[in-house]
Amino acid sequence: MARKSQHYSNSTYRKLRFLKRAGLYFGVLMVLAYMLFPYYWAIISSTKTPENLYSFSLLPSLNFGNYISLFHNPIFIGAILNSAFVAFSSSLISLVVSILAAYALGRMNFRLSRMVLICVLMISVFPQVVVLSGMFEVIGWLGLYNRPTALVFSYLLLVLPFTTWVLTSFIRDLPQELEEAALIDGCSRFRILTHVLLPLMGPAIASTGLLAFILSWNEFLFALTFILTDENRTVPVAMGLLTGSSRYEYPFGQVMAASVTVTLPLLILVLIFQRKIVSGLTAGAVKG
Amino acid sequence: MRNREATTAWLFLVPLLLALTAVAAWPLARNVYFSFTDAFLDNPADYNFVGFQNFLTVIEDSVFWGAVRNTLVFTSVSVLLETILGFAIALLLHRAFAGRGLVRAAILVPWAMPMVVSAKIWEWMFNDQFGLINKGLIWLGFLDKGIAWTADPSLILGTVIFIDVWVTTPFMVLLILAGLQLIPEEIYEAAEVSGVPAWKRLWSITLPLATPAIGVAVLFRTLDALRMFDLSYVLAANNEKAMTMSIYARDQLISFQDLGVGSAASTWVFLIIGLIAIALVSILRLDRNAG
Repeated sequence: MARKSQHYSNSTYRKLRFLKRAGLYFGVLMVLAYMLFPYYWAIISSTKTPENLYSFSLLPSLNFGNYISLFHNPIFIGAILNSAFVAFSSSLISLVVSILAAYALGRMNFRLSRMVLICVLMISVFPQVVVLSGMFEVIGWLGLYNRPTALVFSYLLLVLPFTTWVLTSFIRDLPQELEEAALIDGCSRFRILTHVLLPLMGPAIASTGLLAFILSWNEFLFALTFILTDENRTVPVAMGLLTGSSRYEYPFGQVMAASVTVTLPLLILVLIFQRKIVSGLTAGAVKG
Repeated sequence: MRNREATTAWLFLVPLLLALTAVAAWPLARNVYFSFTDAFLDNPADYNFVGFQNFLTVIEDSVFWGAVRNTLVFTSVSVLLETILGFAIALLLHRAFAGRGLVRAAILVPWAMPMVVSAKIWEWMFNDQFGLINKGLIWLGFLDKGIAWTADPSLILGTVIFIDVWVTTPFMVLLILAGLQLIPEEIYEAAEVSGVPAWKRLWSITLPLATPAIGVAVLFRTLDALRMFDLSYVLAANNEKAMTMSIYARDQLISFQDLGVGSAASTWVFLIIGLIAIALVSILRLDRNAG
């Protein structure tokens, strides 16, 4: 810094610094526009009347007709409820199972612990289509075909490896002293987990649970395959299969209203938990 | 003591192992088993063994090789673009500026959306008659009339890649940013004091030190892109020019109800992705050992 400023006069240096800052903010604005404009455009389009839809005004026209008809559509409302049930249940089950497993994998010494972790990681990058036929059969045996519960079951494949991996790395980062004191006092492992570790893991569990929820909420392949009838569909499939009576009657305004609606809760949660999510995602990947 | 700890550990692992057996190991084994049979989906209990016949049927199908080609093109191009774009954006967001936390959260928007929603929004923006993109390109004078980005077979794969880059770049940015934050600030200060120019700092300090993080991000994204299903399925339905390996396997299995051939196709997909995964991991290892 010092060497450089000797070359320039004070005012040139200040100008240069100003240009650098301006460039930085311009770059950030471009990034934001790229990432956010499509969602903004969806909001704009969703509030336009069908006649206005084909005008290119960048401002919303605040007509909520699309939203009103969307919320009077029983299939859409049903899909939202199904998605909420499936995503909530599979995240909850995965959290309980993976907290237990993460404690063993993160803290206890046993042979094969590394092997188990590697298997978990391998399952998380598995192509889902590879288990499709076998899963089809298992779901048939359980009598769950065409029921949202089938998705709760099959989403464990997606969610469990992820939550286990992330929570294991969180537990490894917790200080060990508290636990050791409890162990010497003769506390059982299970009590240590529920009384010493769990209270410390609140934020980690919240962010992992949220990511698990997003994973299940967005899943498409299983939801398309294991659910047959409209009233049992989840949101992504209901939206994916939405078509107008002809190419030219495709209800773009309504589809955009649905897009905005199903994304909004996720976005609010992501903004609230922003810092936690970033640490959760990177804990899963970087420390591996 | 040691032994007791191991026993406790396995007890804690029982639910996880049971669940993963039920949703991963067993279905995978059944899938491989079905690959050798002539079973159909409507009555899977009634079948004969046919040896490697199904595997041959799949590799003799030119549609399968088209799907493999599409998947490989999609994966390599989109991961390459995401990495370059993700690295550039990560460098930008690594600097200090007002509202940095909020910006980092805001770029997560495309990633948090359901893929189907992203596909629908872009489909609307790419619409040949009423889409904003065509309108903008015509207004700027690049086009005379709108292009059917999502219907034209020669453009569809490019459109899919474009949307995928938009969706997954935030993930890349996050992982690379985390890597950049691990680089100690002092190195840069030392380099700056000794008059090392900015581009050289980028090339000889940032890039090599961020390589492990980039490598991990590329590995994850590649494996994820190789199994892509939803984006192509929603955007291009059954357009063979954008059909991925996962769509091909599911078509055989569900649409044509052919459990045997469908399972064999899935097994091929598994083998192909497995080979690529092994190759990538060993490249990353070699890299780490060399560095």
